[in-house]
Amino acid sequence: MLATLIGLLGDFELAEEAAQQAFAVAAERWPADGVPANPRAWLITTARRRALDRLRRERTFQAKAAELQRELSAAANGRDPHEAPTMFEDDDPDFRDERLELIFTCCHPALAPEAQVALTLRTLGGLTTPEIAAAFLVAEPTMAQRLVRAKRKIRDAAIPFRVPGEAQLPDRLAAVLAVVYLIFNAGYSAPPERGSLTGEAIRLGAALAELIPDEAEVFGLLALMMLHDSRRAARLRDGDLVPLAEQDRSLWDHAAIARGRTALDRALALHGHGRYVLQAAIASLHLERDRDWPQIAALYTRLAVIDRSPVVALNRAVAVGEADGPAAGLALLDRIELPGYRYLHSARAELLRRLGRPAEAREEYRRAAALSDDAAERRLFERRLEKI
Amino acid sequence: MKYVVFINLGPGARGWQALPEAKQAEVQAAWGELNQTPGLTPGAGLQPPETATTLRMEHGDTLITDGPYVETKEALDGYFILEAADLDAAIEVAKKVPALQTGGAVEIRPVMDWGGGS
Repeated sequence: MLATLIGLLGDFELAEEAAQQAFAVAAERWPADGVPANPRAWLITTARRRALDRLRRERTFQAKAAELQRELSAAANGRDPHEAPTMFEDDDPDFRDERLELIFTCCHPALAPEAQVALTLRTLGGLTTPEIAAAFLVAEPTMAQRLVRAKRKIRDAAIPFRVPGEAQLPDRLAAVLAVVYLIFNAGYSAPPERGSLTGEAIRLGAALAELIPDEAEVFGLLALMMLHDSRRAARLRDGDLVPLAEQDRSLWDHAAIARGRTALDRALALHGHGRYVLQAAIASLHLERDRDWPQIAALYTRLAVIDRSPVVALNRAVAVGEADGPAAGLALLDRIELPGYRYLHSARAELLRRLGRPAEAREEYRRAAALSDDAAERRLFERRLEKI
Repeated sequence: MKYVVFINLGPGARGWQALPEAKQAEVQAAWGELNQTPGLTPGAGLQPPETATTLRMEHGDTLITDGPYVETKEALDGYFILEAADLDAAIEVAKKVPALQTGGAVEIRPVMDWGGGS
């Protein structure tokens, strides 16, 4: 409902205030009069009238008020637009689901990235400001200010409430997917007490898949998130991180895996070959007991072309190490510049161990442990160090 | 919706005189075309930042100094006024500013609405 109001009014704050007032009126009237036949339409109509009243009071928006007045008159089918809605409003305007416009507006590049994330969670995820602040370890007033500034920027710079045209869509969709994935990752590395951002991200991803059913990367991202999240219960044992190969598979959410693979199939049917589809395919392959390392390595090689980050290169090197032997993997690792990245050292350690170079392996595990800021992870590296 | 579009030519791109004639003609042609955009009111190309003079008040006196009031490399080099439906429409026009091809930057700023309708 909020999405529709924002679309009609072009102003987040105005829409929120009007919505609150409409709910207040409903809380007063419905217990006595009964719930209307179409509650949503009633609420939206009431909210629009409230917003119209407020706009009239503010001379700055005369032009906008005139436009809304015309719309209201049209919707009322010739009835007096100042008449309060009756209980059984029988005109049922078709209020389009404008969640898609809302997502693209929240993720507009003219907004700061952290503002995009906060606004998306607030307006589409339905999280409260305190919840978002807690999830990102930011003080509540800071988060509140961030949201206020973002909404004002949308209004003052006239960021349009619209799904981008064909020419802009690829870049803009990529921005939306990046925001959703960022939310997922923020939740993935947080302790469960900090709320379920991963759940929010998956819900957003599912909404996107419903609203944009012909974009492969949308399904790719959804699949990737579902497949990662499916293993959440098995990741920790007594506070210690459990590597994938050692996880108790009975703790995996197999229904989620099935849903993730269905999304992946859809992405592949749409001829997807972008970064999220590739990562989802890799994630799916990792779930097999007997991993197809040559396939995984091949997928990482393709991903490395699109995503030149050293982290992808690292993961590729690890896969090559499994598929073609530790010497091949180490040769690739030697070419990677990632100062201070603990996983580079842990990857080197493992391959050095397999090559029968235990002293060097121990040194690399020591460096990995020293670079880790997570106690569970540090213990994992130390345990491996001891086993050499 | 009214915007002012500010242009910064970027480091090393100043010095119109230093450009070969063919380059100068290219840029002028690009601007000629851009200035035909509906809703665009041509502004001005500015002389380089060294030609600027800045005024401030200090201890009740007017202080006059040589140069722009920002860092030279961030100084304004030109501007125009744009009437556009929304920010996305303004961005599509601003993308065509020739300075973007030579390391410059373009800022799109909405104009203050002082009330009484736009």
